[in-house]
Amino acid sequence: MKSKTVLKPPARSFAGRIKRELERNGQLYVMIILPVIYIIIFAYYPMYGLQIAFRKFNPALGIMGSPWAGMQHFRRFFNSPQFGNVIVNTLVLSFYNLAAGVPIPIILALGLNAMRNKILKKTVQMATYLPHFISSVVMVGMLIQMFSPRVGMFGNLYSLMTGQLMQDINASPKAFVHMYVWSGIWQNMGWSSIIYLAALSNVDSEQTEAALIDGTTRLQRVWYIDFPAIVPTAVILLIMNAGQMMNVGVEKVLLMQNNLNISTSEVISTYSYKAGLSAGGGDFSYGTAIGMFNSVINLILLVVVNGISKRVSDTSLW
Amino acid sequence: MHKQKNNVAIPRSDKVFYAVVNVIMIIILGVVLVPIVNIIASSFSSGEAVVSGRVFLWPVDFSVEGYKALFASDKILTGYANTIFYTFVGTIVNIIMTMLAAYPLSRPDFAARNVLMGLFTFTMMFSGGIIPNYLLMMNLGLLDTRFSLIISGAISVYNMIIARTYFATNIPAGLREAGMIDGCSDFRFFAQIALPLSKPIIAVLVLFYAVSHWNSYFNAYLYLSSQEKFPLQLVMREILISFKVDGDMITTGEELVQRQNIADLLKYSLIVAASLPVWCFYPFVQKYFVQGIMIGSIKG
Repeated sequence: MKSKTVLKPPARSFAGRIKRELERNGQLYVMIILPVIYIIIFAYYPMYGLQIAFRKFNPALGIMGSPWAGMQHFRRFFNSPQFGNVIVNTLVLSFYNLAAGVPIPIILALGLNAMRNKILKKTVQMATYLPHFISSVVMVGMLIQMFSPRVGMFGNLYSLMTGQLMQDINASPKAFVHMYVWSGIWQNMGWSSIIYLAALSNVDSEQTEAALIDGTTRLQRVWYIDFPAIVPTAVILLIMNAGQMMNVGVEKVLLMQNNLNISTSEVISTYSYKAGLSAGGGDFSYGTAIGMFNSVINLILLVVVNGISKRVSDTSLW
Repeated sequence: MHKQKNNVAIPRSDKVFYAVVNVIMIIILGVVLVPIVNIIASSFSSGEAVVSGRVFLWPVDFSVEGYKALFASDKILTGYANTIFYTFVGTIVNIIMTMLAAYPLSRPDFAARNVLMGLFTFTMMFSGGIIPNYLLMMNLGLLDTRFSLIISGAISVYNMIIARTYFATNIPAGLREAGMIDGCSDFRFFAQIALPLSKPIIAVLVLFYAVSHWNSYFNAYLYLSSQEKFPLQLVMREILISFKVDGDMITTGEELVQRQNIADLLKYSLIVAASLPVWCFYPFVQKYFVQGIMIGSIKG
């Protein structure tokens, strides 16, 4: 660093430095101007638009023209009969998702890494990555078809074994949470294991050799060598997931939702969407306030979990 | 007589371990494949066999009735055509935008690099959300236009970081310096040297973007209102999830049962037909996807 500063010409004025930078790298600015304009309009302008959460938004008056409403919309959300239910549903879904969704790819990766049969290993990898590319519409369509008591595979198996018609799982509030989480795991366990496999491929082979000489079993090596090797990766992913905790995917939930399971399937994001945009003229301001509440909590969670992780394990995003 | 292999003989306890792992893996393989095979088998069965629940892992009364019904529906064919359009044009826009942002941000001598990088990455952690985005589209007059699906999500910051990491690690600084001495401008260097050298990463990004266009329904659901612009996923949503079956599918009398059977069969065929393009490419391009994840996991 220091030797470089010696080579630099004497300090210039701020304007002079800008001029020099533009002379040298002007074309880079030309290249990046389009993406920057795009991100300002399509990512930052909506953030600016968040202020309608504090206004009584009227499309005719525009964002700036609409009168202020203070915290009115937030109070309305906190006091609404839906509030407790929606928060609980969101937390249950995301904790369950995290608790089941984090360990399974890790176990899969450890297993794959320990396999000696390379053909079986490749086959399992190939097969488990595949469902990741199924769209949420198809996924939910598959659930509806296969769990249909009358025509579905699982409905028929149930009838075959018990002689009774299976209850309609797609309409059951109790089953919704399990269906959501486990279909997500079915789709993503393979894909999520890739990153752990990458970490495992970096395991120091000297360590393994030393352990072999010490007469360890393979299981011991999985536990004492392989597992510690993926912990940092797992922590990073956990932090990233924590930042998305309240952000239960609106797309899939909305597809799985119906009048019969709404008591457990209404989460913050779907509620915000419906309050703001539902057919028959939603209240833009109210919906935005709910969505903003959600985003702010996510941001806080991300920062807090990252901070904790930094202290405890020296692993952090920034 | 023992064959002398490179590896040490496997102790008995490890043999048990490997056997257990193999069994678990075979179970996982079954759990993943059975639903997919069942859907494919059902789609090639007769409507009657599907409805009476006789199909498990192999087609019963092999027929392509479901596919015939599928390709007789204008709605589905229009959806298909629209999706191909959105995927094709959308991916081109994505790649251009991503590369234009990634290259300058990969250059250590680019003074605005850290500021702009911050500008991009912050959007990964915080966003305006659905409704302000909708209002933006409304204000721009883009509601119910095909353009709205192309422009929303024109750049994925995550993918941009992957491309940036690739540029930073795979284009030697010496190459750039040599180019500078020869009087090669940044434009020329980018177009004639950096881009051709990044074919592998462009392939990865094309796949990531194309799959996400192919599979997305939500933006279309938000922004579009006229049927003739709907992508396939949105059409599928109506058929698979809202249980909306075209009026012309249900007539009277004896036919009713048969038509209802075909309506059920059609759902299976639709699932297969909509996923097929991705599944067909998948075995050949799988390694590129994995490569993309690996590059993305390097902390930039």
